[in-house]
Amino acid sequence: MSSNQVIHALYDDDDTLLSAVKSIREKKHHIEEVYTPFPVHGLDKALGLADTRISIMAFIYGCIGFSVAVLMMNYIMIEDWPQNIGGKPSFSYLENMPAFVPIMFEMTVFFAAHLMVITFYLRSRLWPFKEAENPNPLTTDDKFLVEIELLDNEKELNALLKETGAIDITTIEKKSDHE
Amino acid sequence: MYTFTNKLRNFSIILMVVGFLGLVYGFITSPDTVAEAQAMVADAHHGEGHGTGHDGAATHDAHGETAHGEQHEADAAHGEDHGEDHHGEHLLHQLQNKPWAALYVAAFFFMMVALGTLAFYAINRAAQAGWSPALFRVMEGITGYLLPGALIVFVILALSGMHYNHLFIWMDPEVVAHDKLIQGKVGFLNVPGFLFRALIYIGGWTTYRYFSRKFSLAQDRANDISNHKKNFRISAGFLVFYIVTESMMSWDWVMSIDPHWFSTLFGWYVFASMFVSGITTIALITIYLKSKGYLEKVNDSHIHDLGKFMFGISIFWTYLWFSQFMLIWYSNIPEEVTYFITRIEDYNVPFFGMLVMNFIFPLLILMNSDYKRLNYFIVMAGIVILLGHYMDVFNMIMPSAVGDQWFIGVPEIGGFLFFFGLFIFVVFKEISKAPLHAAGDPLMGESERFHY
Repeated sequence: MSSNQVIHALYDDDDTLLSAVKSIREKKHHIEEVYTPFPVHGLDKALGLADTRISIMAFIYGCIGFSVAVLMMNYIMIEDWPQNIGGKPSFSYLENMPAFVPIMFEMTVFFAAHLMVITFYLRSRLWPFKEAENPNPLTTDDKFLVEIELLDNEKELNALLKETGAIDITTIEKKSDHE
Repeated sequence: MYTFTNKLRNFSIILMVVGFLGLVYGFITSPDTVAEAQAMVADAHHGEGHGTGHDGAATHDAHGETAHGEQHEADAAHGEDHGEDHHGEHLLHQLQNKPWAALYVAAFFFMMVALGTLAFYAINRAAQAGWSPALFRVMEGITGYLLPGALIVFVILALSGMHYNHLFIWMDPEVVAHDKLIQGKVGFLNVPGFLFRALIYIGGWTTYRYFSRKFSLAQDRANDISNHKKNFRISAGFLVFYIVTESMMSWDWVMSIDPHWFSTLFGWYVFASMFVSGITTIALITIYLKSKGYLEKVNDSHIHDLGKFMFGISIFWTYLWFSQFMLIWYSNIPEEVTYFITRIEDYNVPFFGMLVMNFIFPLLILMNSDYKRLNYFIVMAGIVILLGHYMDVFNMIMPSAVGDQWFIGVPEIGGFLFFFGLFIFVVFKEISKAPLHAAGDPLMGESERFHY
């Protein structure tokens, strides 16, 4: 990043925010980040963010969980010690499969759900002692904040943001650019 | 306004004619005497026109011959003490049942599609769903088949009650006389009560359907939403009636074909099957009409929603199928487990094949959100799901009607084609009677703009 300066535009309405994001992007300004107190429907599309791939990961994790369940029960119940327990046919995995289905199902769901959540935490850098990255506490309550990269175009950008309905515009010197 | 094209009309009539001929052929070739029946089975080629490969028929025969001994042992509990040629008599009944069962399976399946659609329609009405009003006229068109379809089923049941066939063995006084178990159920399983209940079910369903359609059409011309409110109320009432009668219908029309066997979640299981078939049919007909340019208000989000329902209810069906199967398999109580033993031994491919068609295929095809917006994916999955649920009904009816003598041959395919043709004819005729856009529905605006 060539500049350490960013501009913070505060909005008080999600519809205004959406149209502002659209016009800022039309003018080819780079939006670094948008902070909102709640999910704004359509914001990701307006920002042109790529689709999440977390559901694909969940599918893969589910497949892993399914395999773990099958391999585990096949080893324990069929290969290692095929006891006769209440007349259940432990001759092959397939013959005794209905009894294993509840575990196969639960393991699939367990792996898919938990690993997906952990993936989410890792990708969005969330953990218990993480320092909050919130530039303005108002954005957790009822205000919306757009952070735009500043490249010697402060005046032009200020005018544009005023036009889009920003209620407060501040220029911020970033101390250390994360990443 | 949709106009029923001549092309589609002719297509449906051809289907009906071909199917009718197949059924007639099935009835003509079914044996009249024990000797004839034995000759048919002894003949390696079956002599009854299995249109497809003779290799398949031959292996099927060999299988039938070996399995029949055990099957018969199991059936001995049925107490059919018909005299010295016990085996031949049993075989004759199975072969005579074949065309009847083929007719009944297909008639029941298409009636079930219309009934499942009606349930889905009532749920959308009662839940005040905002996405579905754009599809109401399609659903109303499909439920137009309910009255003729259910009456045909009723006629088949009445004919069974008049001893034209042996589909329901509890209707045979000779069987009941030797069967303590059925004797204990005569209070419920008796022909007058059976037909009376059937009339109540059919009457209740079609009455709701009639008034709901009437209010729906009246709403188009109304200045207030009173018709919509009436529809809301009768839909809620209907759903209560429906869930009771659907459950009882499944005991009467499906489970009583095995009068020695019972399962508590059977009503739900049949419901899941009809519900997913109904939703799939809505999706297929919507896509067809949309491709012809009739449903301009329907967008791919509507198709996506239907796809989600197809996906979800397919899994719900599997859940119930497995719950029923696993509980019985696990405890392995002899009087219950014979139901699945005959199916696994004699119907191995249809029994497990339907699981692939109704569960694994839709699970993998319809999981992706983008695929649910592609018409050809929905059509492909829909066709497999519908055929899978035909196989589901086939697996419910056939094992007790024809035992190991089953085959998907001329009468079965004929029955399917006949009712398929009739279904297309009635449904598209009904769709052409009213504008496809339910303009007066208060939720229509939301449905038009529906976007997911």
